[in-house]
Amino acid sequence: MAQTDADAIMMAKNNYCSGIMYGNSQWDHYWEGTLKRNNLNLGTVSTQMVSYMGNYGLSDKLNVMFSLPYISTNASAGTLHGQQGLQDLSVWVKWMPYEKKLGKGTLSLYGIGGYSLPVSNYIADFLPLSIGLHTQNLSLRAMADYQVGNLFATVSGTYVARSNITIDRTSYYTTSLHLTNQVDMPNASSYSVRAGYRSDRLIAEAIFDSWITNGGFDITRNNMPFPSNRMNSSTLGVNIKYTVNAIKGLSLIGGGNYVLAGRNVGQATAYDGGIFYILDFTHKQKKSTPTSNKK
Amino acid sequence: MAIALAVLQFSCAKSISGRTDNLAPLSPAKTDTGAGSWQTILLAGPTDFPVAAPLPVNNPLYVAELNEIKGFQKNLSSDDQAKIKYWGAGGVLRWNEIMRELVAKYNLPPYQNTDGTYPFPSSANPFAYPLFPFANPPYAARAYAYVSAAQYDALVAAWYYKKLYNRPAPYAVDSSISAKLPKTTLPSYPSEDAVLAGVTVEMMKLLFPDEIAYIQQKAEEEEESRIKAGVAVRSDIVAGEVLGRQVADKFIARARTDKAGAAAGTQTDWTGFVTTTTARGETPWVSLETPARPPMLPLFGNVTPFLFPATTTATLRPGPPPSTSSTQMKTETDEVYSYIKNPTRDQMRIVQFWADGVATYTPPGHWDAIAAEDFITQNFSEVRWARNMALLNMSLMDAAIVCWNTKYFYFNPRPTQMNPSIKTLTGIPNFPSYISGHSTFSGAAATILGYIIPARASAYSAMAAEASLSRLYGGIHYRSDCAIGLTTGQAVGNYAITRAKADGADN
Repeated sequence: MAQTDADAIMMAKNNYCSGIMYGNSQWDHYWEGTLKRNNLNLGTVSTQMVSYMGNYGLSDKLNVMFSLPYISTNASAGTLHGQQGLQDLSVWVKWMPYEKKLGKGTLSLYGIGGYSLPVSNYIADFLPLSIGLHTQNLSLRAMADYQVGNLFATVSGTYVARSNITIDRTSYYTTSLHLTNQVDMPNASSYSVRAGYRSDRLIAEAIFDSWITNGGFDITRNNMPFPSNRMNSSTLGVNIKYTVNAIKGLSLIGGGNYVLAGRNVGQATAYDGGIFYILDFTHKQKKSTPTSNKK
Repeated sequence: MAIALAVLQFSCAKSISGRTDNLAPLSPAKTDTGAGSWQTILLAGPTDFPVAAPLPVNNPLYVAELNEIKGFQKNLSSDDQAKIKYWGAGGVLRWNEIMRELVAKYNLPPYQNTDGTYPFPSSANPFAYPLFPFANPPYAARAYAYVSAAQYDALVAAWYYKKLYNRPAPYAVDSSISAKLPKTTLPSYPSEDAVLAGVTVEMMKLLFPDEIAYIQQKAEEEEESRIKAGVAVRSDIVAGEVLGRQVADKFIARARTDKAGAAAGTQTDWTGFVTTTTARGETPWVSLETPARPPMLPLFGNVTPFLFPATTTATLRPGPPPSTSSTQMKTETDEVYSYIKNPTRDQMRIVQFWADGVATYTPPGHWDAIAAEDFITQNFSEVRWARNMALLNMSLMDAAIVCWNTKYFYFNPRPTQMNPSIKTLTGIPNFPSYISGHSTFSGAAATILGYIIPARASAYSAMAAEASLSRLYGGIHYRSDCAIGLTTGQAVGNYAITRAKADGADN
């Protein structure tokens, strides 16, 4: 069963799971500050992503993961050129220091640390069509999961420290004029709640995600967005992971989500799908399915 | 532990400083004591507005003003020191930065009405949306020019009276007064900073009415900082501010008759451009915005220039662009497409560096920034700073006039209108293509700046060439727009050089 930096699944020791995800996200309404509007000179803004992901079990309780997406953007109206390129490499370390029976179920606790950095010199100051914000991010996450039978719930909170960025122009206006090409990028925090069904073969869950930028400014009236805008979003979605019966170690993932509320972001509808395969590098015969938090 | 250190590194790296945050105080190489005889722009001469003789330094009322300084200097806060330092870098410099900030703040195109028409800012009701003004490039060029020209004329008058009355600075009168800024032999009455403050806040009545309150605060901050710094007494300030406001009012009177107020045109005008262009057998310009927006300030080409009479504008207008049905037009359109098909990162960098589009200080502001940061190294006196900024900004305003005159005389389409598959790396401005505003502004600016600082002349030329080309790389101009824009701008810049050679500042 494949796992990510945001879920309560661990890879077993010496197992390497990797795969490819495709993602598609579109919006035609966005929040200009708190004002929801569309823009006939953008139409529908869409982002496509193809990502290679891998994760390796250093031990049953310590996993390391990475992912690298290729992203392309497009506006269905207006004249602006889309952007495309390799975006940011993300590396995560996931540690499960605690997994114990509690009442009728199992409680497990996680500490997760992540670092991401841009791998190409893509342009950040071209929103809404830039493929990313070009920051280096350092993330720290605390997560707790509780499973009873085949039902589970996971909650997590994350702090994201972001580096400043350098843009091409030598001054810019936020709420005052800055005579520099350096942009002070605010840090961010997020929290997430997921709940649903989990078994060896199937996970079906609902996910609520909230991202909050700790600082930044609002897009002014009829202005274009800027990397250091105060970007917030609350998203609701579903996610399904299915382990294929016929081929051992193969799993399929699919999901979708929708931005319920936001600030200085698009009200995006997104879906994604992926295929993952686990390689077992242990010498003796061992289960190639990862440990999960049931029983 | 490593994580904590990394988080710390991210947090500490956060503080960003601006290029002009920590400047040494202005310490001019020459005081330009003879500047009272320099040629003024609008004033007939430096004595158009009388400035009364100041009280002599032994008069008890003057001595009391020294006590005001001493009172302040007993406990200057760190905020006081910061403001002394900020304004001490130069009044002309700081006001230009403030002007650039106002332009950026107001440079937002109005959002459409529900029926698809567009509202226009109203100077009679400036606080209603859309806020007055929409500080687009022609508006900005004119705003920078009027403020710079008025500051210059007012400082020429100030220098005349400084020399006439020859009242020394307070620290030269009373040694117990501490000079917090470099000492100078320049007489302090009337105060040049108060003159600048008075000019600029008065000009806001015309240019940025919503900001009069804010600029009044900045003006008072500048004036107070000079008293606290021990370089001016209250009567230096009062006389200077009155002089500045009077000079500004003369420029405001000119502005109300310079035809800029009618530059937006009417539906009759906008339809007229289409009719005239079609009658010539050419494809007329069409707005590429949705909903279609009326063209930007189509009658700005009729505005009265500073450097030459309005009748000269048409003589500076270049010949026509390639016909929209010609092979050359097809070739040039194909060339634009070739640049945006697979743009390199460096091409995108050049486009973004010079774009100066919505919510920025506009291309004239960019050239002001280039000039100001170079002028800092030249140690000009405030009156010479003002003279040089006025030459630059009058060139830029007159370049805008000739450029807009040309754009609407030919009314030709943007590349994307000729070939809709041309996607752009910056927004397409809502006005005709030939000639490129960036190229015209840059040609004019590089020409006059190359005269003011000859050692930088080839650097300015190279910058102008890159600024011009950036519009081709961005997919929003043909090569003809750029090349002819540059030479047209150079012709405008030459008028500024002619003026500069004769104005007395280089004697």
